[in-house]
Amino acid sequence: MTDHIPALRLEGIVKTFPGVRALDGVALSVMPGEVHALMGENGAGKSTLMKVLGGIYQPDEGQIIVSEVPTVMTSPLQAKSKGIVFIHQELSLAEELTVAENIYLGELPRRSFGRVDWTMLYAQTDAILKKLKVGFNAKTIVGDLSIANQQMVEIARALTVDAKAVIFDEPTASLTDAEKVVLFDVISDLQAQGVGIIYISHRMEEIFKITDRISVLRDGSYRGTLNTRDTTEEEVTQLMIGRALDLTRNESHHTLGDVALEVRGLSCGDLFKDVSFEVRRGEVLGFYGLVGAGRTEIAETLFGLRDPDGGVILLDGEEVRVTSPADAISKGISLVPEDRKGQGLVLGMNCRDNMTLPQVGNLSSGPFVAPGAETAIFDKYKEKLDIRTPGWKQTVGNLSGGNQQKIVIGKWLSMNPKVLIVDEPTRGIDVGSKSEIHTLIRELAAQGYAVIVVSSEMPEVLHVSDRIVAMFSGRVMRTFTSDEVTEESLIQAISGIAPTQKVA
Amino acid sequence: MEAGNLSKILKNSAIWGFIVLELIFFSIAGEFLSLSDKAFMDVDNMLLLLKQSAPIGIIAMGMTIIMVNGNIDLSVGAIFALSAVILLDSLSWSVFAGLGDWVIPVSWTLALLTGVALGAINGLIVWKTGVDAFIVTLGSMLGFRGLVFMYNGENPTSSLNWTLVDFAEAQFLGFHTATWFLAVVTLIIWYIMTRTVHGRNAYAIGDNREAAVNAGIKVGPHMLINFMIIGFLSALSAVVFYSESGSVNPNDGQLYELWVITAVVLGGTKLTGGSGSIVSTLGGVLAIQLLRKGLGHIGADTSTVNLVIGLILIAVLFLDRQLNAKGKEELKI
Amino acid sequence: MASMTKADIGGMLARQGILIAFAVFIIGFTIANDRFLSPDNVMGVIRSSAILGVMALGVTFVVISGNLDLSVGSMMSFSTIVVLDLHDKIGPFLAIPAMFAMTLCLGAFIGFLVGYLKLNSLIVTLGMLSAIHGLTLTYSGGQNMDIADKEGTWFGVFGQGSALGIPVPILIFLALAALLGIILAKTAFGRKVYAVGGNGTAATFSGIKRARIVFLCYIMSSACVAVAGLIQASRSMGSQNTVGQGLELDVLAAVILGGASLLGGSGTIFKTVIGVLILGFIQNGLLLLGLQFYVQNVVTWVIIILAVWLDIAAKRGKLWSNIA
Repeated sequence: MTDHIPALRLEGIVKTFPGVRALDGVALSVMPGEVHALMGENGAGKSTLMKVLGGIYQPDEGQIIVSEVPTVMTSPLQAKSKGIVFIHQELSLAEELTVAENIYLGELPRRSFGRVDWTMLYAQTDAILKKLKVGFNAKTIVGDLSIANQQMVEIARALTVDAKAVIFDEPTASLTDAEKVVLFDVISDLQAQGVGIIYISHRMEEIFKITDRISVLRDGSYRGTLNTRDTTEEEVTQLMIGRALDLTRNESHHTLGDVALEVRGLSCGDLFKDVSFEVRRGEVLGFYGLVGAGRTEIAETLFGLRDPDGGVILLDGEEVRVTSPADAISKGISLVPEDRKGQGLVLGMNCRDNMTLPQVGNLSSGPFVAPGAETAIFDKYKEKLDIRTPGWKQTVGNLSGGNQQKIVIGKWLSMNPKVLIVDEPTRGIDVGSKSEIHTLIRELAAQGYAVIVVSSEMPEVLHVSDRIVAMFSGRVMRTFTSDEVTEESLIQAISGIAPTQKVA
Repeated sequence: MEAGNLSKILKNSAIWGFIVLELIFFSIAGEFLSLSDKAFMDVDNMLLLLKQSAPIGIIAMGMTIIMVNGNIDLSVGAIFALSAVILLDSLSWSVFAGLGDWVIPVSWTLALLTGVALGAINGLIVWKTGVDAFIVTLGSMLGFRGLVFMYNGENPTSSLNWTLVDFAEAQFLGFHTATWFLAVVTLIIWYIMTRTVHGRNAYAIGDNREAAVNAGIKVGPHMLINFMIIGFLSALSAVVFYSESGSVNPNDGQLYELWVITAVVLGGTKLTGGSGSIVSTLGGVLAIQLLRKGLGHIGADTSTVNLVIGLILIAVLFLDRQLNAKGKEELKI
Repeated sequence: MASMTKADIGGMLARQGILIAFAVFIIGFTIANDRFLSPDNVMGVIRSSAILGVMALGVTFVVISGNLDLSVGSMMSFSTIVVLDLHDKIGPFLAIPAMFAMTLCLGAFIGFLVGYLKLNSLIVTLGMLSAIHGLTLTYSGGQNMDIADKEGTWFGVFGQGSALGIPVPILIFLALAALLGIILAKTAFGRKVYAVGGNGTAATFSGIKRARIVFLCYIMSSACVAVAGLIQASRSMGSQNTVGQGLELDVLAAVILGGASLLGGSGTIFKTVIGVLILGFIQNGLLLLGLQFYVQNVVTWVIIILAVWLDIAAKRGKLWSNIA
């Protein structure tokens, strides 16, 4: 009956942060029983939009309309009570508690004197779990479940309320193929019950398999909605990438130097197996694959943060063993880590001290640090990398993401490394700084550095790399040169579809 | 998953295995080393052990809730002392002179209310200021102790009420009054932690605070209640202990927080919160008391007890770390 | 803009709050009692704070590196007892280095557990508090330790002597504060301590050997404890086994009062010295007002909570917490 009323509608949502217009008039409408994909590059505004929807942020302008009732969301709890439920990418479960307790977290059925009504709790939970056809029961401890099953617990939470819309945020990121099938079944069950579903994902294959419509965000604004049946991957990609960014294929062909780093048959537990590649001076080698494909783990191993089970690492043709980051740095391997705030910077420290941290011991004159030499280094790279900060005394935590990233890059450039590994160079960075960092990476290669770029953004990998290593499930599927690579072949390779082939 | 379960079972039963080991060790070693002819596992000796476990044990139950919550309370020793002072002093207040022995429940109530109030102060500060519980209770440990001294200077506070002493020294079914108190407290707190909404929320908050907040659990009032509970239990511990002894020194209860935390950690409660069991805490309390008594039995003095307990605490921490190690998954940092 | 200025002022007030509070106390006590700021009295305060202060200097390193040290009190008892005992057995010349070596071994053990084995420092040092106390009692057999010939030794110089009219404990405290202040602020090691405490993971990712830095912080802490034990032993020429009991918390209170965050990464030696002096002056001021020493406990309690509260309130930009 209510088929013509959208389950959830967003109108003209605007959200600004100091200096950034994160959402600029976003509109979205999800019908009951529809699976609606929300796509966009990292940083396009998807997560901000979801936070607005979940009541974590208040929109500056615009309306959230649930079943044609304008609603103000003030907290995730309130959103849930209005029938808007989130299945988060990062699970929000209490691992020591049972499945039932997690599903009814904050709403445990009570008897007198604040006692839990276990009979009712388990009965209600079992009823929900039955619908989901899962292989665990209400009394299972959540910490004992696989990630996929934990995700099922999150989904079960959604079923405790009369959900009007369920939002899945990258739900398949850590699922196996078999687990995905179960998830898709659950989604189609929800669909059959008339629940509207927003499905956020980067994976075209899934999007085209299960969704009805696709809405695209780019740079915080709404770029249109397509009927999945009538569109193509190219059309969606074009909408996502647009022409705003110069993210064309890397066309430069300068001469390459000697092999700086060669890796043969490197393995580490279940994380990655038999990985081989080489990178020359003056070359940017891209690593592309889905989350969990083992890209970051390879970088961490090269940087001495993991002990490999087997394989060899050759630096300038000589076999080396890297035992710790300190060791890696002394051998000339540097890593700009994926998690800038957690791994890259001491946020409470000033810009200069962060930049000179790895070499503060070497810069000392006698027993004391040499502030003059440190400031000179900072000033040099501030200019070279165009770091915008009032001065070296500025606390790093106060800088923008792009400038923070430049500090981390400057930290390693000032050490003049043989190999520079950059993991997710532009994660969480605004569009303008993004292209600056891309240009910077190309320039570094032109200056003769051997650079490895690990990224989960295809346009980025295509844009900066001379060659691309495609990984799937801990293995190298194929190595492309920038001339031969196409988006299709790359997607196939990282989805495990392409036949494994070695490119010498 | 198999290995996970195994290590879980190992961890949950480790404290009881340790207690059995202690019993065997001290029984055998006692044969050779003991100065007395009595066996270690003598019934009277064991009953006394339970009684002596009570003061620390009662507070440890409260500390388990606090630590499951992800907090800590360093002020329990000072609360213990201040409640004891109120208990013993109020017995001889002239306003209560006409009450006869009815002064006892009145004084008990006053002492317990003192504990609850002090706990509420801690809880309110933690809730409203957002200052870490470690610092808040470190401060109030000094402050509450200061109040103890301000009350009666450096003199002991004494009051012997024979009805009270008789009650405290009574044995029912062979067990001492203090033991019964410990048993009842353990049972009630166990019930709260495993069967009530409040108890289950305590785990949820310690385990994943953000998720608990998002699920609408009121974290502030919840923590306030827990600090009131541990305040109450610290006072109850004082009531149980000083009803018998009848005299409190202003320094009494010092280092109780260390003993209590040691017992709770030995019982397997995680410092980071979210995990811990009342039954295992009881095990931790008994294990410590056994160790003290056992070492005494074989002729070791306090010094050895301190040394051994300190090292065991560190060893437990080390074992726990090894059992939880993730191998290849973990970064070498 | 106006609100930002207001926040800036609030932030500045909170950051400098401890100095402001200190000034208010000094002025208040001076008005209440004109003897308060007399040179004799000031000297007396610093001298009686010296032992606590020396220990606080070392603990500052540990706290900035993101850890705790609750064992310094019982470790101080240990070094006091050991040096007094050895004094009569092997003479002061050998006793002092021997005591330092033994105390440093304890520090190294803790540093190994916390740094290299990555065990929780609260529990480790709690355990060591108990263990070292046991060790001390075992060493002394539970007896008080006294130097037999108190007149015939120069050992008293560290606790009782004076140079240029200034008591030696003060000189030691100030010299050590200057030395450690320079190490923390001006050397690569100091910088690494801040980095490890500020973000241990990022420090590791920058090639800093986290475990080694933490280890060295505990070595520093135990070295300071040894100095404190030396002063204590020299001052009293005799000691109980429990001389340092409870000091760990006063020390921690002084460090926190100085503004070091228990999360690590912030604090300075100078601020710790201020924290120590505040504790000392409060105690002294209250005594001069005719109040008992234990009133100091209550006042310290209030000040610690206020200091930390203001600090975090400035960081989050609002007075009351966000806890629901």
